[in-house]
Amino acid sequence: MTDWPILSAVTFLPLVGVALLLLTREDSPYGRRNILNVSLLTTVFTFVLSLFIWTGFDASNPGFQMTEKHEWLGTGISYHLGVDGISMLFVILTTFLMPFCVLASWNTIEKRLKEYMIAFLLLEVFMVGVFVSLDIVLFYVFFEAGLIPMFIIIGVWGGKDRVYASYKFFLYTLLGSVLMLLAIMAMYWQAGTTDITELLAYNFPAHMQTWLWLAFFASFAVKMPMWPVHTWLPDAHVQAPTAGSVILAGVLLKLGGYGLIRFSLAMFPLASDYFAPFVFTLSVIAIIYTSLVAMMQDDMKKLIAYSSVAHMGYVTMGIFAANVQGLQGAIYQMLSHGLVSGALFLCVGVVYDRLHTREIAAYGGLVNNMPKYAVAFMVFTMANVGLPGTSGFVGEITTLLGAFRANTWVALFATTGVILSASYALWLYRRIIFGALEKESLKSLPDLSGREKLLLYPLLILTIFFGVYPAPVFDVTAASVDALLNHYSAALQAAQQSVALLAN
Amino acid sequence: MDTIIKAIVFLPLIGFLIAGLGGNTIGAKASEYVTSGLMILVAVLSWIVFFHVALGETEMLKVSVLRWIQSGGLDVEWAFRVDTLTAVMFVVVNTVSTLVHVYSIGYMHHDPNRPRFFAYLSLFTFAMLMLVTSDNLFQMFFGWEGVGLASYLLIGFWYKKPSACAAAMKAFIVNRVGDFGFALGIFCVFVLFGSVNFETIFAAAASYLPAEGAADAAEPVINLFGMTLDKSQALTATCLLLFMGAMGKSAQFLLHTWLPDAMEGPTPVSALIHAATMVTAGVFLVARMSPLFELSHTALMVVTLVGAITAFFAATVGLVQNDIKRVIAYSTCSQLGYMFVALGIGAYGAAIFHLFTHAFFKALLFLGAGSVIHAVDGEQDMRYMGGLRKHIPVTFWMMTIGTLALTGVGIPGTVIGFAGFFSKDAIIESSFASESPLSGFAFALLVIAALFTSFYSWRLAFMTFFGKPRASADVMHHVHESPAVMLVPLYILGAGAVLAGVLFVQYFYGHHYDEFWQGALFTLPDNHLVHEFHNVPIWVKWSSFVAMAVGFVLAWYMYIRSPETPKYLAEQHRGLYQFLLNKWYFDELYDFLFVRPAKRLGKFLWKKGDGAVIDGLGPNGIAARVVDVTDRVVRLQTGYLYHYAFAMLLGIAALVTWMMLGSSI
Repeated sequence: MTDWPILSAVTFLPLVGVALLLLTREDSPYGRRNILNVSLLTTVFTFVLSLFIWTGFDASNPGFQMTEKHEWLGTGISYHLGVDGISMLFVILTTFLMPFCVLASWNTIEKRLKEYMIAFLLLEVFMVGVFVSLDIVLFYVFFEAGLIPMFIIIGVWGGKDRVYASYKFFLYTLLGSVLMLLAIMAMYWQAGTTDITELLAYNFPAHMQTWLWLAFFASFAVKMPMWPVHTWLPDAHVQAPTAGSVILAGVLLKLGGYGLIRFSLAMFPLASDYFAPFVFTLSVIAIIYTSLVAMMQDDMKKLIAYSSVAHMGYVTMGIFAANVQGLQGAIYQMLSHGLVSGALFLCVGVVYDRLHTREIAAYGGLVNNMPKYAVAFMVFTMANVGLPGTSGFVGEITTLLGAFRANTWVALFATTGVILSASYALWLYRRIIFGALEKESLKSLPDLSGREKLLLYPLLILTIFFGVYPAPVFDVTAASVDALLNHYSAALQAAQQSVALLAN
Repeated sequence: MDTIIKAIVFLPLIGFLIAGLGGNTIGAKASEYVTSGLMILVAVLSWIVFFHVALGETEMLKVSVLRWIQSGGLDVEWAFRVDTLTAVMFVVVNTVSTLVHVYSIGYMHHDPNRPRFFAYLSLFTFAMLMLVTSDNLFQMFFGWEGVGLASYLLIGFWYKKPSACAAAMKAFIVNRVGDFGFALGIFCVFVLFGSVNFETIFAAAASYLPAEGAADAAEPVINLFGMTLDKSQALTATCLLLFMGAMGKSAQFLLHTWLPDAMEGPTPVSALIHAATMVTAGVFLVARMSPLFELSHTALMVVTLVGAITAFFAATVGLVQNDIKRVIAYSTCSQLGYMFVALGIGAYGAAIFHLFTHAFFKALLFLGAGSVIHAVDGEQDMRYMGGLRKHIPVTFWMMTIGTLALTGVGIPGTVIGFAGFFSKDAIIESSFASESPLSGFAFALLVIAALFTSFYSWRLAFMTFFGKPRASADVMHHVHESPAVMLVPLYILGAGAVLAGVLFVQYFYGHHYDEFWQGALFTLPDNHLVHEFHNVPIWVKWSSFVAMAVGFVLAWYMYIRSPETPKYLAEQHRGLYQFLLNKWYFDELYDFLFVRPAKRLGKFLWKKGDGAVIDGLGPNGIAARVVDVTDRVVRLQTGYLYHYAFAMLLGIAALVTWMMLGSSI
């Protein structure tokens, strides 16, 4: 297994699909079906292949595994891949969600299906690439490249205001990444390497950490997104096609969280410690502010988008709590949110496909003729609310516990989220699902089709499974998180000692 | 024994899955029989466990099931902890649940969604059992929120009614306010004890507080919300936060508003969830955490205070309500207040005893009320009932037994009396005998509440069963006694309401206290309440009897003897009447204080915060600036090459300078 480049294979396998798609013609008799089949098979096969990463993963090893390293361009920059407990599951999450994206687009995309699927497959390459890169330049390339397909997906296949939304999306994310690029250059000049494993071991001087931290934070905070740079997300979600929303909420937001753990926390411990109260403040504001805003939305997708921002607030809070529960909880929360918010957007897609409106007021009483849909929606709503027994609870409670250990004030304010999330989520559910079926337009809506069941049921099962038995995830992340935190506290201690020495 | 315990907990889950997933396939009848059949089995097993654990020698059983959350020092597993307290709850939950299942076969038989209803009932039972068997605070929280979910689903069972949907949401959200405190309390426990497992917590709690005057007595252990707390203060804070959860779930004063609205659900649900089991979860929580609460006098005082106020407040509101179910709901609220007073003064046994007896007679009253409602075609307003005694005699007698038990009829100083007589009087007498600073206050409020209890209970009975019929002739024509499937549960509960007190008083709160509880309830060595409460003055023993009698006479006078009096009184004291009728205006107050401001704030943050400020200054602002700049650039385009070259040079110089500075920092 070790000599076989499985990470490269998983990363670039979707390119095979792209090549095949380029050979097909959309306007031929079976063109549409061929495109869909090729895309589905490619993504499924990639997922199956990626499972070998999980089965071959040694959970007791805190370092990087399955590494591949090749010199690139003779510049010191190398093609270096590897996964550890922090990144591995994100790879699986990405490959897992892709088949759902293809299935969700089965009937809804009417024009340029081929280009659409190519964009998605490229997006998968870039996203997986981000998580497996062990060279910071490679990471940057993947990180930025991922912007382009998403930008195109929103801009071409989006809704009415797609141009405004994609422009906003691009503007925000670009701004952050320029700063990150500068920071990467500075790091190279300082440490003389772009290799992440070496950078992780390198101790950057304290004052430099501050600047580097801010530059990286600008980029990741936009991606998360954190308050107050979150306003691109609701617009992007509203305009994106269903599958775009799924991947945006499910994976793209996690790039920010992953980056914060891998770079900000691990490479700049002193700055992370220094800025933790700042991040806490933003996180708490995000949780309360966006929950309140979510409550008042009249567009389903916008509501879920705002609730995503609130949930990402738990993640940032957990990361900078910098203890085991906070960090493991943050990772768990991201994975769980990937499933749950993805599923919620799929749920919106189900009714949007029938009625072509996302306005909450247009619905009501769907439980009467769509009971199966109502059940699925209920489970995901409850997972969103963080009901114990669903995966949402595990992430939420562990991050809160971590935050409580770090700072009780933060936990106090963040815990109000459990009240607010119940308010907006149940209110949404009541307005859409409950009530008498009075609107004429709704009376003929059919319940879930076979394809829709195939979309929602697996997610439903996993949401409950990981709520009851989250051990597989915690087992995998434990060793790497421990190692990271040991390194973190050692760095803080060393800094304190040197300050003490100076004082003497 | 392990298998039996697993069976008790998981059989209702299996019932839920069968009826929930396969309900439409196997049909309504099959769903009913499967879920009810499984529940009967579970109830029998529960009594076996009760005899084995509570009345037998077995001290405590622990059954591990599955790993759950393991992260650093946090190590939580799914496990069942069965001691006497759990065994008591087993019996209460499963007996009532089984009877409610059976009763519902009759009560719901017109409803097209019966499989769903029975699935929810079984789901509720499962969650409740997870709660009472929990071995750690996380699992308890799972059960806690699980019963909340089931309650939400069952209140909103008739989802076409907007009022039912609103009530369901309200119940969930108000409960979440309590859970907010509960969660923070759990975090506190983890920080203080390094674990959320009961075994570890209880072992550490015994020797947690430093001895009086010890060197480390004032050493801070936690910084909580800006307060630096030493060990004893930290415990107080923890207990208060946990108690906030209990207040939400048990509908105590300030967080009680959801319970009356919850009556929107079908009546069997009210009997099971909102009277006998779920609402007592708060009492269970405090009793379970007695090793912590017992160490904090301040926390116990708060518990007593809240309990006493609730007992009094809810009873006052119950005096004037006209909806038959709401009267009983406020009565439940009030009785829960009694239980919390008992907990607060350190009489944990009395609290659980009252929980035990209350489950029987309150479920009886609710199911009886359901039988009445069933008879009069869905009418719930007592002003449109009356004179039903002759038409539904069985229901009448069963309700009367429930009322006698609730009001605590019995002869002080003897062992003759209904169930409530033993448990309620034990609480009232203990509150007098207690050394708590609030003892006099609690005693006074409880006796007054006993008077009110008697008044509204008899008022209910008189308005429903006596006098002239006030329903339309058409309805009266159709009035009929309920079928046997509904009456048999009433008989069983009736037997419980008569006998539960006299049979068990010596175990729960009497001579066999120690052998019965076997340490499941923790009391400090100097807490002798269980023996001392017998020694109260004779007038104290008779006080609740007198209150009960006065209440009865008043009700008889106002609703049988001289039916004009209530109207006259309401006219005379219009303000007070309206105040009580509108439940002290709590709903209006909360709407004004929380709901509307939250909505306004949300709207404001959305439109002004996100829209005007962030987008205005951010992307949209930048777009505007870009347009400005390009306008100027257009003007700068002179066409001379050296202008461009110069500008480029300037740019490169600036960039290089900045980079060099950047790298040297």
